[in-house]
Amino acid sequence: MIRIISSAIGAAFVFVLAIALFGSIKGQITDPVKATAVDDFHLAPKEVELKSNGYFGTFDKRQLQRGLQVYKEVCSACHSLSHVAFRDLKELGYNDAQVKKFAADWQLKAQTFDDKSGDRGERPNVPSDHFPKVYYPGTGSPPDLSLITKAREEGPAYVHSLLTGYTKEPAALLAKYPDSKTPDGLYYNPYFANLNIAMPPPLTQDGQVTYLDGTKSTVDQMAKDVTAFLVWTAEPNLETRHDAGFAAGIFLLIFCFLAWGAYQNVWRDVKH
Amino acid sequence: MSFPWAKHYAPKNPLMKWMDERLPLPRLVYNAVGAGYPVPRNLNYFWNFGVLAGAALGIQIITGIVLAMHYGATGAGAFDSVEHIMRDVNAGWFLRYAHANGASMFFIVVYIHIFRGLFYGSYKAPREMVWLLGVVIFLLMMATAFMGYVLPWGQMSFWGAQVITGFFSAIPLVGDTIRVWLLGGYAPGEAALNRFFSLHYLLPFVIAAVIILHIWALHIPGSNNPTGVEVKGEQDTVPFHPYYTAKDGFGLGVFLLIFALLVFFAPNSLGHPDNYIPANSLSTPAHIVPEWYFWPFYAILRAFTSDFILPAKLWGVLAMFGSILLLFFLPWLDSSPVRSANYRPVYRTFFWILVVDILILGWCGGSPATPTYVILSQICAAYYFAHFLIIIPMISRAERPRPLPNSITEAVLAKHGGTSPAQTALAAE
Repeated sequence: MIRIISSAIGAAFVFVLAIALFGSIKGQITDPVKATAVDDFHLAPKEVELKSNGYFGTFDKRQLQRGLQVYKEVCSACHSLSHVAFRDLKELGYNDAQVKKFAADWQLKAQTFDDKSGDRGERPNVPSDHFPKVYYPGTGSPPDLSLITKAREEGPAYVHSLLTGYTKEPAALLAKYPDSKTPDGLYYNPYFANLNIAMPPPLTQDGQVTYLDGTKSTVDQMAKDVTAFLVWTAEPNLETRHDAGFAAGIFLLIFCFLAWGAYQNVWRDVKH
Repeated sequence: MSFPWAKHYAPKNPLMKWMDERLPLPRLVYNAVGAGYPVPRNLNYFWNFGVLAGAALGIQIITGIVLAMHYGATGAGAFDSVEHIMRDVNAGWFLRYAHANGASMFFIVVYIHIFRGLFYGSYKAPREMVWLLGVVIFLLMMATAFMGYVLPWGQMSFWGAQVITGFFSAIPLVGDTIRVWLLGGYAPGEAALNRFFSLHYLLPFVIAAVIILHIWALHIPGSNNPTGVEVKGEQDTVPFHPYYTAKDGFGLGVFLLIFALLVFFAPNSLGHPDNYIPANSLSTPAHIVPEWYFWPFYAILRAFTSDFILPAKLWGVLAMFGSILLLFFLPWLDSSPVRSANYRPVYRTFFWILVVDILILGWCGGSPATPTYVILSQICAAYYFAHFLIIIPMISRAERPRPLPNSITEAVLAKHGGTSPAQTALAAE
């Protein structure tokens, strides 16, 4: 009895799936999915060489400091970094006094609220504050950058490619998809999901940021440095994690070796 | 319980003796996972995975309890509290990565455990109850994992919750009411987050309780083995301790090594980047996909695209739940008396087709719902149901199994170049 019922249920599911399959195939023939401009012109991010790449990646602190400078001078006008605290910057190699000064000098002030009077106000940031949230009134909604390299597929490569990927909309695209002209106020960027991004090109010319350490600030260099910095903001424990992984791996290898020996020893007289 | 030649607990230490006379807890452990439980001597490495699943649950509970001390289930604060764990809590990044990847490891281990059972016929009499309780554990795991994935309150958390609770709205007439009741609102929000957190904390302990029943039910007939032939005498078994504790120790080491490599060197490789974007009810992700362990079921859900009598969505939901619920009936759908697929040539072929079929379903479920993937999922979903509901009942009658060895010992000795297995075993069955 159970086999009859089960076969009937099985047959019902298979039958409905066959109808659906017929519909899908028919749809494919009569009304095939047309390629879109995104299918044809969207590009996968270019690989980017960073010290943090790979299983044994570490941070280049001087590069992180340069990246912080790019963030401060270029990105921070629109993008928040709200998961990072000023005190965290000590990990980039700054000392307490430098961090204190950096926080106090940060242009956007910490917001205060007086519970008694209901007054809102401002005060300079202190190291224990997080980077203050940036409210952006213009078009688009600039994402918080703290986690951006983890919040995108191939994050670091994506950020670097996006920053260096602005071009004129290709003539081939307009010829093939006349409706896909980049709307006014948006910018063509083949690395952006829908090709048209609201962010104007942020890094436009070499020397836009004057690096304190004398590194030549080409657009590519600045893009790379800020990418490296954003890898750190997203995963500040990367180095600790890799070190701990190395230790745990060695420990567990030894454990496996000993456990295997014990296993062989216990079973030595039993055929199995 | 178990076999007559099982060793009896005889404590020598006066303290243990004192304990045994008052609360025989050491005796219970001795008979469950000690020298008092005789186990077939020929188990292969696939029999390690039950213990590994238990270890995975233990790791989830321990890391989860500590994470819960630092997590806040509020709509405005959940995402930030997870980042607080990642950045400011001592070794918080380790706990969270271990917990998130631990769920994946738990599912990998349990899937291998389930397929082991399917291959070697471990669901058949007299172990039906073990199998049924196993399916219950699997369902509880899925519910727990889903609710856990909602807690970080990222984009995939929110939209995953939206999609999965949306299943209930497929129920005719009362569906929407049920959905709103379950969520505590019209969309996932703080009410849903709080109840999911509460249940996510509760269910692992329910799983632990069902695991105790699972092991209890297992210990009545004893473990199955690669030949599928029942234990006939003392020479067929070895005591669980030290033989299988030693083997499981090695298996546990390999499991932890792979787990550690994942946690320390590729902790985000199995997650979705969108879950690092805070939940936003106004912005739908381009592709909503669940975690990898739900992909085959998600593909089955999406394979139903035509409204035949019932709406397509209802068919999809019925099929998706049906694809798991049918496992409850498997012991009675497969009437072949032979357990191990090693002696069932036809069943074995279909078993491997099923494995490939589910892998393709998984691949489709993780990909965007383009026509190619939908067509592929429709074919594979049809095979999935045909396999369990039509093919297995048929082959269990039509198939001519290969001759079974007379006993486990005979099979073991034959493997080591001793006597060849007798050809009469099947007739004896």
